[in-house]
Amino acid sequence: MSEQFKPNIVAFLCNWCTYAGADLAGTSRIQYPANVKIIRVMCSGRVNPLYVVNALQQGADGVLISGCHPGDCHYMEGNYYARRRLKLLKELLEFTGVDPRRFNMSWVSASEGHKWKEVVEKAVEDAIAAGPFDQFRRRQIGW
Amino acid sequence: MTEKPKLGVYVCHCGINISATVDVEAVSDYAQGLPNVVVARNYSYMCSDPGQLLIKDDIKEYGLNRIVVASCSPRMHEPTFRKALQEVGLNPYFLEMANIREQCSWVHQDREEATAKAKNLVAAAVAKVRLLEPLAPREVDAEPAALVIGAGIAGIQASLDIADAGFKVYLVEQSPSVGGRMAQLDKTFPTLDCSACILTPKMVDVANHPNIELLAYSEVEEVSGFVGNFEVKVRRKARYVDVSKCTGCGDCAEACRLANRFPSEFDEGMGKRSAIYLPFPQAVPAKYTIDPEKCLFLTRGRCGKSPKCVDACKPGAIDFEQKDEIVSFKVGAIIVATGFDVFDANKKPEYGYSDYPNVITGLEMERLVSASGPTGGEILVDNGEEKIVPKEIAFIQCVGSRDQSVGNEYCSRVCCMYTAKQAHLIKDKIPDATVKVYYIDVRAFGKGFEEFYDRVRREGIRYVRGNPSEIFKEGNKLVVKVEDTLTATPREDKFDLVVLAVGLTPRSDDRKIIDLLRLSQSPDRFLMEAHPKLRPVDTASDGIFLAGCCQGPKDIPDTVAQAKGAAASAMIPLARGKVAIDAQVAEVIEDTCRGCGFCVSICPYSAIELVTINRMGNMVEVARVNEALCKGCGSCSAGCLSNSIQPRSFRDRQILPQIAALGGIE
Repeated sequence: MSEQFKPNIVAFLCNWCTYAGADLAGTSRIQYPANVKIIRVMCSGRVNPLYVVNALQQGADGVLISGCHPGDCHYMEGNYYARRRLKLLKELLEFTGVDPRRFNMSWVSASEGHKWKEVVEKAVEDAIAAGPFDQFRRRQIGW
Repeated sequence: MTEKPKLGVYVCHCGINISATVDVEAVSDYAQGLPNVVVARNYSYMCSDPGQLLIKDDIKEYGLNRIVVASCSPRMHEPTFRKALQEVGLNPYFLEMANIREQCSWVHQDREEATAKAKNLVAAAVAKVRLLEPLAPREVDAEPAALVIGAGIAGIQASLDIADAGFKVYLVEQSPSVGGRMAQLDKTFPTLDCSACILTPKMVDVANHPNIELLAYSEVEEVSGFVGNFEVKVRRKARYVDVSKCTGCGDCAEACRLANRFPSEFDEGMGKRSAIYLPFPQAVPAKYTIDPEKCLFLTRGRCGKSPKCVDACKPGAIDFEQKDEIVSFKVGAIIVATGFDVFDANKKPEYGYSDYPNVITGLEMERLVSASGPTGGEILVDNGEEKIVPKEIAFIQCVGSRDQSVGNEYCSRVCCMYTAKQAHLIKDKIPDATVKVYYIDVRAFGKGFEEFYDRVRREGIRYVRGNPSEIFKEGNKLVVKVEDTLTATPREDKFDLVVLAVGLTPRSDDRKIIDLLRLSQSPDRFLMEAHPKLRPVDTASDGIFLAGCCQGPKDIPDTVAQAKGAAASAMIPLARGKVAIDAQVAEVIEDTCRGCGFCVSICPYSAIELVTINRMGNMVEVARVNEALCKGCGSCSAGCLSNSIQPRSFRDRQILPQIAALGGIE
């Protein structure tokens, strides 16, 4: 089953570091799995923990959040907020029975195209190990 | 917002960059079926003039009010397409880009998977664009002044250009004199101009220019604000010399109890200086400085009965009571020109740099051949027994460059040519010397470089292809162990002097500037430009520019060219007198805000404050955003307990549909 399973992963990347790093991976033609789809936000601190839960509800098998390295945030401290909030969320998800491997967080700078590939590969590997996710599913909400 | 969204979706082939991996036809067909999409097209180059015209004509013909462009990264062409929208009267913020090149076609090979992902990304962009709101970019006044950090040739040139254009420049240099690395050089390749002769007039110019405030022996302490309105604090370090009285006569340095006891930084440690010193004779400003770590009076509180410099100084300029001073000012743009360090030859222990006095670096050689150097231009080396004029001299190329073992993969771009130049200068001064250059490749790529390299070889300089493995001592000679890789013969050659052509590295103290200005670094650790081809002097932060070797190794002409480019770019906001500030800032929904103040404590820019408003007859506290200070990061929003503070264009109701589209539940 896991041979066939192609997880769907939603990623939230900050505009300044990881989004630029993912662009660099593209410019450098670094190949990685097509399972991760990116939503650009200005700062990892923008990622409301609700988004993670929402993504899992809407059909994602895994969520990935990546921002600037600690100390390098374009907005000085947004990534510290992200780290604290999402650490709590991760524990909460685990408590509710969600496999913690569905949720990955990383720091990738604008020059780390290779690291971005590694991060994606790990997120995909983790999500495959955790299997398809349907605990939270609900019908699509009309926007 | 009440008008019905009418979408146009434009899928770019980008030549074959996208269409080779993504079935663009299928993506535009798919987009045509998405809700509210009126027209979906694909075209070879959306960013080209006809591509943009396609969008503009459709906006006019179909009355489109939202546009999705599926092409490259928004970091690349978002401004291009925003402008296109604006040109036909549509709000520029009614645009969303789907990044199907950098984050899809370039990183995947499976056509089916890549096409499916591209469709997904387009669906997410469609979901978001429908809910975008019109925003009006606002303009604020820009301070007609610039800060230039670093007064080497890059900082000097940039300052002069900006000042000549009529704007105020604050030029900050951390060492006591301007001039930087170029001041240390003797002649410059390939023209053999005397470095001092072309540099020192410019040094004098920056000191005398009515529009330049030179802050030498100073460091930038704090930078806040944004393009057009940076607030800067600079620490003027205490020189312990009253510069208004010091005449630069030098009596103090001669009188100093520790006269000529310390290695001179300017002479790369080969010359000596006193505890009170002028870095070099042509220093600008020509004012003496007391080294607070060396001076007896400053370190121990006493210096004989009274400090000799005080006794010797006729104008009475020595002032041990002097304190550091903080200077504050406002500028509209910043140029970073902090320069480079030379590679630390101790990281290649096989070359014995710290063991043998006659193994020296290229920069030390530079001081040795310089007429203003420690030997007055005479090439004299210590072979461990005596001072001799070397007759057999070796140069080793690529020390610390193109070398993964020391973490520097890059080429330093100047070593091949400075070696050729120094070899020529040695031949000039010691005609019977034999000079050998051990190289991996010779890179003579610039204007006049190949011609100069040819000339030097014709002068009898021997080039041996091989990367030496070791230097050791035999008698009073140095032995270079190397394999000549053209003839595949191992050899051991004997020399009196070995010059290591050390490369250029990022400055060890760059971290401070990186943290202060929030700059990024490339993988080689030099400062990163906004785009390697099209924005080579810009940084990711508006209003901050790079010049010279802080961005990567460069020779003098390239440095000057980049400095002039940075100066021209920095002058854009200064000349306009206005800067547009991003409209994508946070907004408070006052009806639901409960005034808890959580966002106030989160905001790193202190852009939010609590104000009292009248809500249906009740006086209540709510948050309010100062839009000039807000940078739109959105950290406040993710922390808000009632979702009442939302960054425009990144609101919950704009992001959640994106998530839903990517989640893909039907």
